[in-house]
Amino acid sequence: MAAVTPDQLHGHHGPTGLMRWLTTTNHKDIGTMYMIFSFIMFLSGGVLALTIRAELFQPGLQVVQPEFFNQLTTMHGLIMVFGAIMPAFVGFANWMIPLMIGASDMAFARMNNWSFWLLPPAAILLIGSFFVPGGATAAGWTLYAPLSVQMGMGMDLAIFAIHIMGISSIMGAINIVVTVLNMRAPGMTLMKMPLFCWTWLITAYLLIAVMPVLAGAVTMILTDRHFGTSFFNAAGGGDPVMYQHIFWFFGHPEVYIMILPAFGIVSQIIPTFARKPLFGYASMVYATASIAILSFAVWAHHMFATGMPAAGQLFFMYATMLIAVPTGVKVFNWVATMWRGSLTFETPMLWATGFIFVFTMGGFTGLICAIAPIDIQVQDTYYVVAHFHYVLVAGSLFALFAGAYYWLPKWTGHMPNESLGKLHFWCSMVFFNITFFPMHFLGLAGMPRRIPDYALQFADFNALASVGAFGFGLSQLIFIVVVVKCIRGGERAAARSWESAEGLEWTVPSPAPHHTFEEAPVVR
Amino acid sequence: MNTRTADHLASANRRLLVRLAISAAVMFGFGFLLVPFYEKICEVTGINNFLRPEAEAGARAATNTQVDTSRTILVQFDANLHDLPWRFQPVQRSVNVHPGELVHIEYEVSNTRAEPITGQAVPSYGPQLAGQYFRKLDCFCFAQQTLAPGERRIMPVVFVVDPALPADVSTITLSYTFFELKGRKFAASGQGARS
Repeated sequence: MAAVTPDQLHGHHGPTGLMRWLTTTNHKDIGTMYMIFSFIMFLSGGVLALTIRAELFQPGLQVVQPEFFNQLTTMHGLIMVFGAIMPAFVGFANWMIPLMIGASDMAFARMNNWSFWLLPPAAILLIGSFFVPGGATAAGWTLYAPLSVQMGMGMDLAIFAIHIMGISSIMGAINIVVTVLNMRAPGMTLMKMPLFCWTWLITAYLLIAVMPVLAGAVTMILTDRHFGTSFFNAAGGGDPVMYQHIFWFFGHPEVYIMILPAFGIVSQIIPTFARKPLFGYASMVYATASIAILSFAVWAHHMFATGMPAAGQLFFMYATMLIAVPTGVKVFNWVATMWRGSLTFETPMLWATGFIFVFTMGGFTGLICAIAPIDIQVQDTYYVVAHFHYVLVAGSLFALFAGAYYWLPKWTGHMPNESLGKLHFWCSMVFFNITFFPMHFLGLAGMPRRIPDYALQFADFNALASVGAFGFGLSQLIFIVVVVKCIRGGERAAARSWESAEGLEWTVPSPAPHHTFEEAPVVR
Repeated sequence: MNTRTADHLASANRRLLVRLAISAAVMFGFGFLLVPFYEKICEVTGINNFLRPEAEAGARAATNTQVDTSRTILVQFDANLHDLPWRFQPVQRSVNVHPGELVHIEYEVSNTRAEPITGQAVPSYGPQLAGQYFRKLDCFCFAQQTLAPGERRIMPVVFVVDPALPADVSTITLSYTFFELKGRKFAASGQGARS
């Protein structure tokens, strides 16, 4: 760090070609690779989803066989959660956190490189498992025992993929915590930090706390499968329900790992386009922290139907409803930020506003699912599928797109094409609702999830959902066009690319030079 | 940034790295700690207590575990093969059991063909009504069985006959039929072509 000479400050130096990307320790290069990787995974998971929807277009079996259908639903979930959403947020963190806090790079640059390069082998293991005898794991993305103990070797590949991706996430999270806590520019106190850094700091702590628990759970499956242990085998004194407890101890904080950085992105965008500072900054920080803490006390709401004592059901039901309070604080703060602001709706703001609208709908269905007697009715139905797609697609994914459009000028030096961006937003928004809104009705009428065939009365809504899904999938190709056009050229972006954007990242030129903040800025 | 502050920062970063890495390792251990913790909770609250059923509260446990010595049921064992070149037979033809008693019996199976074959057994009961009172705690029919060429295997069935069994049933026949699982091999090659 101390040996940097002026000629190294701008542009890239060192190996070129493939070796540049393999050996890079630059947070911007690594952030870019994370985002490209996650977009490829997003498209792969999307192809699986469209195959699912093609099969469900009509009752009966047309496209795939039931065994393969189960592999599709399982791998769609695993790829989207561990391959698309999580790495995309880590990519954003890599690119933006050092720029936002005025650090020259991440704290551990070489570890950062390793965290990324663990992901492609994991993805190859996961996708390659389709081609082994017996095919990929078909136990559902939750990998419940006893199914996961009985699957073929595709399950082992999935377990190793999860181990590798878990190690990658933990290393990434440690890097982010150390960067945020130790590398801030002078004067950048914790309570002056942009909210995106705050949400990621809390997310990183969640990752460090729960990814190892998932690693433990899948290790138990592995030893049950091959080394004669009986963690989940009733004949050997184990209990398959225990797997669900351990999994969801990881699984529920995981849900917030996928949404808290999205809250952070939206909290950066809304003040910019409302031309007002964020309403209730401190309450946002405390709300994020309380969501994270509460997330450890609600896991069993995923398991109301497993038969737990009424006291347990009540505890998890009330604890779950309690989370609606800090989440509500956030939604109200965003709306209050927009209140009487000088609003303009450029593409990032459209996505952020769309996020608030659809994410809140997903939040409300979550509240309905939290009520134990109702949950027992809708458990494992399409109602649940609708709920978590409203919070994961319309929540995490829409926020990711919002963030991408917001920071593309900083990444590429060109403004993204507004009309194409708006087309992308409106197509996604309309087709998203056509796809997932009918699923609420299907679920309430009793259509179970994870089945390749269904009763005739569900046919119309399923056909509608399939049409919407193909529309949604194709709309995402617009994003590729926007990004490619933006990299190639377009309107030059100023350092402060959006009129009233605040923050250190807008003080460096666009595109951000290879090395930034070699001399730490002073924040007042 | 001068060298001294840079070194200071690097060592502060390393310290935090070590602390966080230790937390991650501890959480990995915590995942395994959940196992005894879960068992303890189940024991204290009396839920799901398979190991000490007498500790389980409520009538459900009592009806499940009390041995009714006033009755004796003859359980007969039968073995069938569906187009499968194996030898398959029960080790004992029949046993006399009291309802509620834990019984362990065995079946013997061997593969006579010169290639590994996967099969799965499907149970049926005579009279059919007895099926719902026949509690299998462990059974080779729960899993697929792959036998190497010429392999011979002794496989267990552990069961309890529910004391709620209607009084007019005095004989139960448990019959297994082994089916070959060709679909698995077919499915694997079929998926390879599709995906």
